Amino acid sequence: MIEFRGVGFALPGGPELVRDLSFEVGRGETLVLLGRSGSGKTTTLKLINRLLEPTAGELKVEGRPTTAWDPIRLRRRIGYVIQEIGLLPHLSVAVNIGLVPHLEGWERERVRGRVQELMALVGLEPELARRRPHQLSGGQRQRVGVARALAADPPLLLLDEPFGALDPITRAELQSEFKALQQRLHKTAVFVTHDVREALRVASRIALLSAGRLVALHPPAELLRATDPEVAAFVSSLQTSEAETSRDAHRNET
Amino acid sequence: MTVLDFMRQSAPEILGLTLEHVGLVALAMGIAIAIGVPLGIVLTRRAGLRRWALGCANVIQTVPSLALFGFLIPVPLIGGIGNRTAIVALALYALLPILRNTYVGIRGVDPALVEAARGMGMTDRQLLRWVELPLALSVIVAGIRVSTVISIGIATIAAAVGAGGLGTYIFRGLSMVNNQVILAGAVPAALLAIAADVSLGWAERRLRARCGG
Repeated sequence: MIEFRGVGFALPGGPELVRDLSFEVGRGETLVLLGRSGSGKTTTLKLINRLLEPTAGELKVEGRPTTAWDPIRLRRRIGYVIQEIGLLPHLSVAVNIGLVPHLEGWERERVRGRVQELMALVGLEPELARRRPHQLSGGQRQRVGVARALAADPPLLLLDEPFGALDPITRAELQSEFKALQQRLHKTAVFVTHDVREALRVASRIALLSAGRLVALHPPAELLRATDPEVAAFVSSLQTSEAETSRDAHRNET
Repeated sequence: MTVLDFMRQSAPEILGLTLEHVGLVALAMGIAIAIGVPLGIVLTRRAGLRRWALGCANVIQTVPSLALFGFLIPVPLIGGIGNRTAIVALALYALLPILRNTYVGIRGVDPALVEAARGMGMTDRQLLRWVELPLALSVIVAGIRVSTVISIGIATIAAAVGAGGLGTYIFRGLSMVNNQVILAGAVPAALLAIAADVSLGWAERRLRARCGG
């Protein structure tokens, strides 16, 4: 579905943000791009929906290079969920969700039906349809964000740290719900995160990025067992932070 | 005779002048908005043009109003004594706040919203219609408010080039050295300005609340 061949991106006159990326994303899989801040994960994601264009190599989506696609048509086939959510504050939840179908020219009734269907799918009560985004909680807002991304039934989803702005409990809830949704819908998804646990939870494969290069690409179980030093460092940081948290908690008790 | 008595006595003429005054300002504002808003939108898309356009409008604003009226009189087509010169000058003065506020308002829209909109496949036109203009509207109206109030003030000078309006009374009163006549022109003008400020301010607040949160 998505093919990266030696893809690189650099800002004009600046350093390369990603370098020599070569991998594929298969239909129906959830590929997680995992890495520290500044590792190039978001850049990689934005190359897929052509918000950025590669300065090296070739990137194909559904068999055609992104530069050969009409950017508008390409993006209408991709559901895009971002960390800040980005719901239009002056429009109701229902209008926000139905935006892409509306832009695609669907009739009113069909849009309305689809919005209801999606709200049920992501677990939003129907009464919320008329409300404005600022009247919703963070978790509800991001559910609207996901519903909006799914509205025109795109084959591909791009998610950029979608649950990063939420509290840990809501985040865990949404991770499980996302996983369940994927099991139902089998969309091809590329999911960016810096949270190892989140990656392990939602991924069918994890691509570890470091300083703009692809360091490892494994299913979750294999990643935990990997011997490559960078991968091991990431995985062990997960275990160290757990130990530290537990130690701090005990220290505060005494 | 007090000012109020005088005003009551000349009510029909004052009303006529007020309507003339409103007419001048309305036409000028219409032109300024028709040029300023689209141009402001263009400036957000073409970075190079910005400094030049904003600079020009700035210079025009700095020219003293009576002087600008004076400059325009000999110009063919738009000049001459009368309404036309006044309207052109007023429109030029109204341009900068509208132009600048349109530009600033659109640039001030949350970048995350613009990114989400572009990511979902909105064309530039759809981005303007669904995201940028609705959210920039309260700032644009603020610019219109400032321009309107300035225009109502400067329009009093229009009488000096024969365009009529409430300035007629002010200038007449000045040459007659008669306070009542001056005030009969100045007070309605001031009231007009306050009314415009209050009503447009209310519109601005309503718009800001609509996009609130």
